Amino acid sequence: MIANPSINQPLSDQDGVMETFTYDDRIVRWFAYATMAWGLIAFLAGLIIAFQLAFWPLNLDMPWMTFGRLRPLHTNAAIFAFACNAVFMGIYHSTQRLLKARMYSDWLSQIHFWGWQLIIVVGAITLLMGYTTGKEYAELEWPIDIAITVVWVAFAVNFFGTLFKRRERHIYVAIWFYIATIVTVAILHIVNSLALPVSFLQSYPVYAGVQDALVQWWYGHNAVAFVLTTPFLGLMYYYVPKAANRPVYSYRLSIIHFWALVFMYIWAGPHHLLNTALPEWAQTVGIVFSIMLWAPSWGGMINGLLTLRGAWDRLRTEPVLKYFVAALTFYGMATFEGPLLSIRAVNALSHYTDWTIAHVHGGTLGWNGLLTFAILYYLVPRLWNTKLYSNKLADAHFWLAVSGTGIYMLSMWAAGITQGLMWQALNAEGQLTYPDFIVTVTRIVPLYWVRGIGGTLFLLGFLVMLWNMYKTIQSGQIETPKVRQGRRLVPLDRLGADHMGDQPHRVLEGLPMLFSVLTVIAVLIGSVISIIPALTVQEFLPADKTYRPYTPLELAGRDIYVREGCYTCHSQMIRVSLDETMRYGPPSKLAESQYDRPFQWGSKRTGPDLARVGQKYPDMWHYRHMNNPRDIVPQSIMPNYPWLLSDSLDFEALGNKLQVMQTLGVPYSDAEIIGASQQAQEQAAGVAARLREGGVTDPDLETKEILALIAYLQRMGQKESVQP
Amino acid sequence: MSILILFVPMAIGISLVFLLAFIWAARQRQFEDLETPAHRILFDD
Repeated sequence: MIANPSINQPLSDQDGVMETFTYDDRIVRWFAYATMAWGLIAFLAGLIIAFQLAFWPLNLDMPWMTFGRLRPLHTNAAIFAFACNAVFMGIYHSTQRLLKARMYSDWLSQIHFWGWQLIIVVGAITLLMGYTTGKEYAELEWPIDIAITVVWVAFAVNFFGTLFKRRERHIYVAIWFYIATIVTVAILHIVNSLALPVSFLQSYPVYAGVQDALVQWWYGHNAVAFVLTTPFLGLMYYYVPKAANRPVYSYRLSIIHFWALVFMYIWAGPHHLLNTALPEWAQTVGIVFSIMLWAPSWGGMINGLLTLRGAWDRLRTEPVLKYFVAALTFYGMATFEGPLLSIRAVNALSHYTDWTIAHVHGGTLGWNGLLTFAILYYLVPRLWNTKLYSNKLADAHFWLAVSGTGIYMLSMWAAGITQGLMWQALNAEGQLTYPDFIVTVTRIVPLYWVRGIGGTLFLLGFLVMLWNMYKTIQSGQIETPKVRQGRRLVPLDRLGADHMGDQPHRVLEGLPMLFSVLTVIAVLIGSVISIIPALTVQEFLPADKTYRPYTPLELAGRDIYVREGCYTCHSQMIRVSLDETMRYGPPSKLAESQYDRPFQWGSKRTGPDLARVGQKYPDMWHYRHMNNPRDIVPQSIMPNYPWLLSDSLDFEALGNKLQVMQTLGVPYSDAEIIGASQQAQEQAAGVAARLREGGVTDPDLETKEILALIAYLQRMGQKESVQP
Repeated sequence: MSILILFVPMAIGISLVFLLAFIWAARQRQFEDLETPAHRILFDD
């Protein structure tokens, strides 16, 4: 009577077809190698720039060795080379085991690996050459951005393909964290990187001023959330139970942790722009969500730590567990500090100071670094079928890393709070106690040395680990992958009546992959549709026509400002507070940055704010200052920029730059675009004439880059060019 | 501030994607058993 028993008779998970398969551990080993290699580069670059702040001659008067170019190299290497490769290593290893399936395509795995390494190499070279978008943690230029998108899509297809053909019905919580990472990073990266190319390695963002600031920090905050937090939490939820050999303290809590995090994180970005010209209500949204984030973050930390209940004695003998415990502790500290720093009053003190630097390094060195080391110590012996070469060396590394991080954070907390209080200090007459910015810098330079010592210890520990890993790998051998058996999953709607829900739900669950893909496409299309009006309609610009766009020469100078990474030490955003108004002038207004692509509000003041530096000093002051800042401010720690005085400016390229700006909605007339080069040369001649009066004898002065930079600096805070 | 016209829908959109993912997961009975999955990962390597 029953034609097809498989339709009408209830099946169970035991009825799936038995299959054999192996795991691809070669790709995991490759990512492990990459993690260790790039870690060395990232930490070394960090150490160099740390000492550059303590001892300025280390900038070596060479363009590619200056702080402004090395600092983006350090952050990009730490986040996208070291941390990302660690994440890929852990995801490729744990996903296969959690889903009981080999990665969907070995070919895609290879594309992912080699593509990512190529991006890192090209990124490092272009950053050192000065090709940068000038947006923190998103500095790589547009061709590399496209490559990142392509490789990320390859990763996503590979991952979701594996998820689709999994042999384990339940999706373990770690996988959810990976899914959130892959989906959200794609959206963040694409939205923040939208730009119009000017040339092969230069572009202007489609957003300007406050819009660019908001998009950038929405990205910047969520890069921390979805590159340095969610994937590492996923890894934590897999590797801590594995290393401790006991289930996570509360699986239920881990599920709540995940869903709470992904719903809240996306809203917290504005806390990077507190007390600025950003509307107050938008700031408040950022604050509220930041403080709410404290709860799920600490829930996760406690869940990880309590997983070790009853196993605390093993910390004495197993270095891996010690690393996990310390990493989770740093996660707890950083996620407590984050909401704290998001409170307006605290932020007024901490922002632009080294307190922020202390905070991020607590997260990256303490949480991401130690967790990565823990996973390496856990994985490498297993991947090479051997034992760790030396537990003692692993122990030594642990103490070097933890003390190094501790010294780093303590010194930068002290430096940040000291400098913040000095900036705010008023004397009995109501005047600034420290009107000279440089006094607040020299006060904390000793702490920069201390920070350098902390970084040295951390790097030394890492070198100890590399030696330990080298000896471990040498003693091991790669075995042929073990052949495993598992059953193919039976579709849920064929599992029998007791598993079935109502009709619409059955339709949905048959198409989970298609469903999620369609949803993501819908979101992306929606995003694009919302962006287009912002690009084309004039009303979308915060129009204050009393401000004139930059002249061609000023625009060229601005590009130099971006190229040299001036934003890594100077802000262009005077906040709403008494001391800042007294020190720098009236608070910045949104209209002042309406033509700024990219915005250069900055996030750190190693030097003073520059929003109103225009017309404050004569041209000759800037000329001498850029050649050697110590000719003007003897204690200055700023690098020399002698090449700006000797390199020639490409005047012919300016027409094209104006053209792109016009396309983006900046009100340049066609005549201005055609005459850009000539107008720039005229303005440059004016600057040059003033410099010659000051005693500059360079015969080719009229063609030099420095003229453009001076023109831009003199324009800051002015409604239009002042040309006496 | 017109960027918020892009931004708020996008933040809601992303939240919505995860909400749908959550509903899907719940209907897939991913959260019926919150004990054994934690133990199961420890078995096989």
